[in-house]
Amino acid sequence: MPAAAPHPANLRRTGLMALGGALLMLALGFASVPLYRIFCQVTGFGGTTMRVSEAQAATVKLAAGTISVRFDGNVDRGMPWKFGPEQTTQEMRIGQRKMALYRAQNLSDKPITGVASFNVSPDLAGKYFNKIQCFCFNKQTLQPGQSVDMPVIYYVDPAIMTDPELKDLQQITLSYTFHISPDGA
Amino acid sequence: MATTADHFQAHDEAHGHHDHDHKPAFFARWFMSTNHKDIGTLYLIFAIFAGIIGGAFSGMMRLELAQPGIQYLDTFARWFGEANPSFDQSLHLWNVLITAHGLIMVFFMVMPAIIGGFGNWFVPIMIGAPDMAFPRMNNISFWLTVAGFCSLLASAFVPGGIGNGAGIGWTAYAPLSTYGSTGPAVDFAIFSLHLAGAASIMGAINFITTIFNMRAPGMTLHKMPLFVWSVLVTAFLLLLSLPVLAAAITMLLTDRNFGTTFFDPAGGGDPVLYQHLFWFFGHPEVYIMILPAFGIISQIISTFSKKPVFGYLGMAYAMVAIGVVGFIVWAHHMYTTGLSLNTKMYFTAATMVIAVPTGIKIFSWIATMWGGSISFKSPMIWALGFIFLFTVGGVTGVYLANGGVDDVVHDTYFVVAHFHYVLSLGAVTALFAGFYYWFPKMSGRWHSEFLSHVHFWIFFVGVNMIFFPQHFLGLQGMPRRYPDYAPAYEYWNSISTLGYKIMAASLVVWFINIIYAFTAGKKADANYWGEGADTLEWTLSSPPPFHQFETLPVIEDKGHH
Repeated sequence: MPAAAPHPANLRRTGLMALGGALLMLALGFASVPLYRIFCQVTGFGGTTMRVSEAQAATVKLAAGTISVRFDGNVDRGMPWKFGPEQTTQEMRIGQRKMALYRAQNLSDKPITGVASFNVSPDLAGKYFNKIQCFCFNKQTLQPGQSVDMPVIYYVDPAIMTDPELKDLQQITLSYTFHISPDGA
Repeated sequence: MATTADHFQAHDEAHGHHDHDHKPAFFARWFMSTNHKDIGTLYLIFAIFAGIIGGAFSGMMRLELAQPGIQYLDTFARWFGEANPSFDQSLHLWNVLITAHGLIMVFFMVMPAIIGGFGNWFVPIMIGAPDMAFPRMNNISFWLTVAGFCSLLASAFVPGGIGNGAGIGWTAYAPLSTYGSTGPAVDFAIFSLHLAGAASIMGAINFITTIFNMRAPGMTLHKMPLFVWSVLVTAFLLLLSLPVLAAAITMLLTDRNFGTTFFDPAGGGDPVLYQHLFWFFGHPEVYIMILPAFGIISQIISTFSKKPVFGYLGMAYAMVAIGVVGFIVWAHHMYTTGLSLNTKMYFTAATMVIAVPTGIKIFSWIATMWGGSISFKSPMIWALGFIFLFTVGGVTGVYLANGGVDDVVHDTYFVVAHFHYVLSLGAVTALFAGFYYWFPKMSGRWHSEFLSHVHFWIFFVGVNMIFFPQHFLGLQGMPRRYPDYAPAYEYWNSISTLGYKIMAASLVVWFINIIYAFTAGKKADANYWGEGADTLEWTLSSPPPFHQFETLPVIEDKGHH
């Protein structure tokens, strides 16, 4: 080997630093799963709605404007449930608390546990759409043939009126999709 | 193991005896190789082999697309062992073909050729190093790549949902790649990416360590040839992006096999997260394929203009800038996933910023030629072809960077035309340029310059005929990834398929040229391109000795390459 060959320790150090960089990015790749979830919950990214406590909701004041909410509900492919909203739209003052009902029925002859995913459209409205109670917070189990009403209690945050992209928004669509819970019954 | 030990002893003895060409026996030399030039040769042979398979798949697709309706897929499905394929199984084969073509060309053709092949061959020589920093890891990188390729080929013969093979696209989006495709084919395909990814990460560590620690005296970072700069930036991109892909596809595997729901909304996951992770890797990946091409083109333009590259530092840092910005533009692949207006505006603007350093490179190549004493040898012709083709692809890239335009042409043949102009035409043209530039150096024998020119002109006409009409098809709304189309699209599709045949004919010329070189080619001198070629590989014989630079070259303090 040449006289001025690099010291093996230098090679090892650079190599290990590079390996460390690769491992860090690998860790970041996996860490992105919880980070993405937190990011969506905090920013309403992708139309993720907000979850508020009763105490937080009590401090909200009514605003001058009104807004309408349209309801949508469907089930994942292959899930033997009938599921949909019981009202098409609701009209309310911005900041006013409202309850909407969805109806779900198990059409199969087996008990099935479902879990609902949700978002609103337009996506940007997610961070102003506050749910106080929702059937989507928990898994729902329906016995064969059983049919239940499922409530969601919500309000639209008055801060939406100061958002330059949403201040003229007339209607928000709230959508749920029921999936068979992967953990089973 | 014994052979390896002997090999290292031979290495030491060579120092005393000046026995330059003490090579191990055939098996030890090629299957247990730790020599960067031999591994580079292995990578090039492997890339040619994989490229033939990946190219044959694209030929099968062009044949099917020559006219509307389904003509050939049934026959092809029988070739892949489907005894009596149903119509759906034939269509599934289409998905398998597009998946395999993409994965093979990206991971098993362009990357092994341009990084593993030319990178291994010339990075150590250009910086005056005797070999790579970790020669045995270099060997592992190569054989892991081969193993990955075998895993991908194996996937074609096992069930992957509707039919045999993984029909998930090279992007492997969930849920198609999770509960959308049952059967082991997709697991094989994902595992092949794990292997190829691990190989490339090890290769990247090797290049970074080599370039930072093993430069000859006087070879400062700012005197390194631009090809070395391009591989250094590429190595960093590989190092930082591939682990993210590894994480994403590992989650795909656990979603498929172990009941996790990372990308399944039923369990609180989100398929869009997979797209973010994939493109966080995928966008740097396209620069991984093109940056070494930039490096090769810079060497060639400088050599045949007999001038140093115009704006050397600007050229080097333009590549660094492209690499850095390449990490923060990924969602321009996802404009139609429901991004907000502000997000789209950011990704549009950030993407267009990349046109600035890319423009610096194009203009500096032109400025290098300006006033130069240009000789139109085969590598120069290919390099000029590269500049033209890459610029066409770059211009359509600026179109597509616009969130609003992309809403219209997303997933159409316009996109297909765009990325084939930069990769299939850009990167591959640079590969051929590098091939003709360095082939006599690597083999010690001359190719035919005449056949090289014939190869270029037929190839150039062919690829433009394949891909230019696809711009029209895309703007007219023809979606990508389908084996069938409305009859209105037939005219340009038939032209495109004709172009494929012309391109394939040019490859015949290329193979004849290689055979000519090895049977009748003249012996090549050390510096066969003459005075313009001033990097260190031209100070060595052609082919270089088995171990070079036992006395390190000293680089004088004068102008840049």
